[in-house]
Amino acid sequence: MQRLNIVITGHVDHGKSTLIGRLLADTDSLPQGKLESVKKMCENNARPFEYAFLLDALADEQKQGITIDSARVFFQSKIREYIIIDAPGHIEFLKNMISGASRAEAALLLIDAKEGVAENSKRHGMLLSLLGIKQVAIVVNKMDLVNFSEIAFTKLKVEYSEYLATLGIKSDIFIPISAREGVNLIEHSSSTPWYKGPTVLEILDSFKSVEEKENDDFRMPLQDVYKFTRDNDDRRIYAGTVTSGELNIGDEVVFYPSLKRSKVASIESFNTEVKTSVKESEAVGFTLETQIYVRNGDVVARADQSAPKVSNRFEANLFWLGAKPLELDKPYKIKIGSAQSTIYLEEIKRVIDGDTLDRADEPSVGRHEAACVVFRVHDLLAMELFAENQKLGRFVIVDEFDIAGGGIITEVLEQYTTRRTKALHVSDVLVDKASTSTEFEEELFALLRKHFPHQFN
Amino acid sequence: MDHLDRLEAQSIYILREAYRSFPNLAMLWSIGKDSTVLLWLTRKAFFGHVPYPLVHIDTAFKIPEMIKYRDEIAVQWDLNLVVGQNKEALAKGETFVNGLDRLSCCKKLKSDALKYTLDGTWARRKWNPYKKVWEDELNGAPYTGVIVGVRADEEGSRSKERVFSARDEKSEWDASTQPPELWNQYKTDFAPGTHVRIHPLLEWTELNIWEYIERENIPIISLYFDQGNGKRYRSLGCFPCTAPVDSVARNPKEIIEELTSGKFKDIAERSGRAQDKDGGGTLERLRKEGYM
Repeated sequence: MQRLNIVITGHVDHGKSTLIGRLLADTDSLPQGKLESVKKMCENNARPFEYAFLLDALADEQKQGITIDSARVFFQSKIREYIIIDAPGHIEFLKNMISGASRAEAALLLIDAKEGVAENSKRHGMLLSLLGIKQVAIVVNKMDLVNFSEIAFTKLKVEYSEYLATLGIKSDIFIPISAREGVNLIEHSSSTPWYKGPTVLEILDSFKSVEEKENDDFRMPLQDVYKFTRDNDDRRIYAGTVTSGELNIGDEVVFYPSLKRSKVASIESFNTEVKTSVKESEAVGFTLETQIYVRNGDVVARADQSAPKVSNRFEANLFWLGAKPLELDKPYKIKIGSAQSTIYLEEIKRVIDGDTLDRADEPSVGRHEAACVVFRVHDLLAMELFAENQKLGRFVIVDEFDIAGGGIITEVLEQYTTRRTKALHVSDVLVDKASTSTEFEEELFALLRKHFPHQFN
Repeated sequence: MDHLDRLEAQSIYILREAYRSFPNLAMLWSIGKDSTVLLWLTRKAFFGHVPYPLVHIDTAFKIPEMIKYRDEIAVQWDLNLVVGQNKEALAKGETFVNGLDRLSCCKKLKSDALKYTLDGTWARRKWNPYKKVWEDELNGAPYTGVIVGVRADEEGSRSKERVFSARDEKSEWDASTQPPELWNQYKTDFAPGTHVRIHPLLEWTELNIWEYIERENIPIISLYFDQGNGKRYRSLGCFPCTAPVDSVARNPKEIIEELTSGKFKDIAERSGRAQDKDGGGTLERLRKEGYM
């Protein structure tokens, strides 16, 4: 059975957990006895039963009454299986909402009919667009609190559509529901005779699974090179996960940015039939006709197809979740594809705010803010525009030990050279030299070969 | 690609990411079906090889077949097996069968044994696949990355896990302060004294595990199958606290039928595990203290 990852987001207390709990209960997707055990627990604690409790499995969550992390819930309709990610709406847990949403292929965004568009309704809408999630339905919850009024629903729909339009999101799917009363979740309700659109379950089933595209050029970030000499295995295997396209035995491959090239000698795998080709989304390995030395993180492409872009500067839309703000000219780590490098924020073009207008001339990007920025990297990196290749056009920024932000590349800029750049560290220059000098590399490998011969057999 | 291909590819990606990121990496092998699938995925990821040690915590109360199976597979697949045990608690008789409550027994024989085996405080017993002998390792280096076969669908607190999940100096997990995890970029940087738990099976369900075992023909321990007495284990643990279920399923195919349309449809997998039921949120408390 096919599976779809969906995320349910929205402002705190707008009813996400209730919606999911209700969907699970009404479609018989709960383990036997779960509903009864939660009801009994409520009885023992003298609390009225709520569907949200089905999800709030963590003990301290029930105490606080808010969802702390992105719970993964499995759920099944007639046509497929869903992993529903219940993303927290509380502002402090935005990082968890993003963790959940970044795995999703489609999203439901909940708005409280009575409370209206709230701060996080806007912020979540913006983040969904930054994460590249294009299938979004807006679910207007708690319609029972506004007497199932069509006027209230339409007013909210117009207001939020206008906001989404400013983000470049076009969504005409708005569903009036009451999660608590089960209105328009599985079946149409007589409470909203004026609503003719799909129910929540119908809209979920109509979302498309993000399918691999057949005609894209081959790309594979090189995750690692293996040689298990100690186990008497002489294969030098270049391994990674194919992000697009197809590769066959005999194809000439080019590694970017190192520009090393060779031909595919074999496709390697364990406990499968012999393979002659690999394609998108497969975790693969291949050997080459000549042994070349390349770094993890290089992007492998086919010589007969287009090349990825290579640069050390780019413009990006970024959202920041770190406890400390993102500052200019401070070293951070970037992870993109399988590559890592040191990165510096060169310019903040504008900070995008969910509530007010965009702000320019900001000295840093604060927690929970999004911004349009320019980065420079101290190594050359292979990259793509997010609009053209999602997997190689997105990146994360690590501050100290934790992922503190994520972004998508909107423009690849002209390279800087060491001469042109003023704020470069001494170590950068050294590493830069090492990574580009063939002579140095050859000497290094000669030494390695001499002192660690077993690695090169 | 079908759904098993996708799950497999994602798990392989995660294992490779862990292998290249953590210089001192280990995998927990409980001998159960999930971590045995993880072991199989390791061989897939590394083209037949298992390039990191497998840690097994032997409580001394494991069902005897488990130890026999463990040692046989270790020899067959050239595994670098590491066994840890709380010898002190066993010597003092601080166990459930000697009157200790279940939770405290789990903490001593599993959580504590795991913690001090991982950080190298206690001696590790190691199978050396090259010399084919057991050796003792004293003052071993702490493992900084630990691969674990937990699944999100098993139980409430596990559904909150990250794929790469940090543990602090006390091996404790704080669900509310976890850093974000975006797309397929994981937490591969860690502060001194901390370690990272890696969960490649988080998105698998119990059914997926059995479908994959059947498809790949993975040699799983026979305790999961009815041997003729109408009983089999659905989840493996220590014999005083784990009960077999009534079932006549004799192979993965029959188990899949049982799970999809038969008697175990909608019945929780860990229903035979007694420690989950002692009070609300018990497993969550154990997990905070380092239990898997």
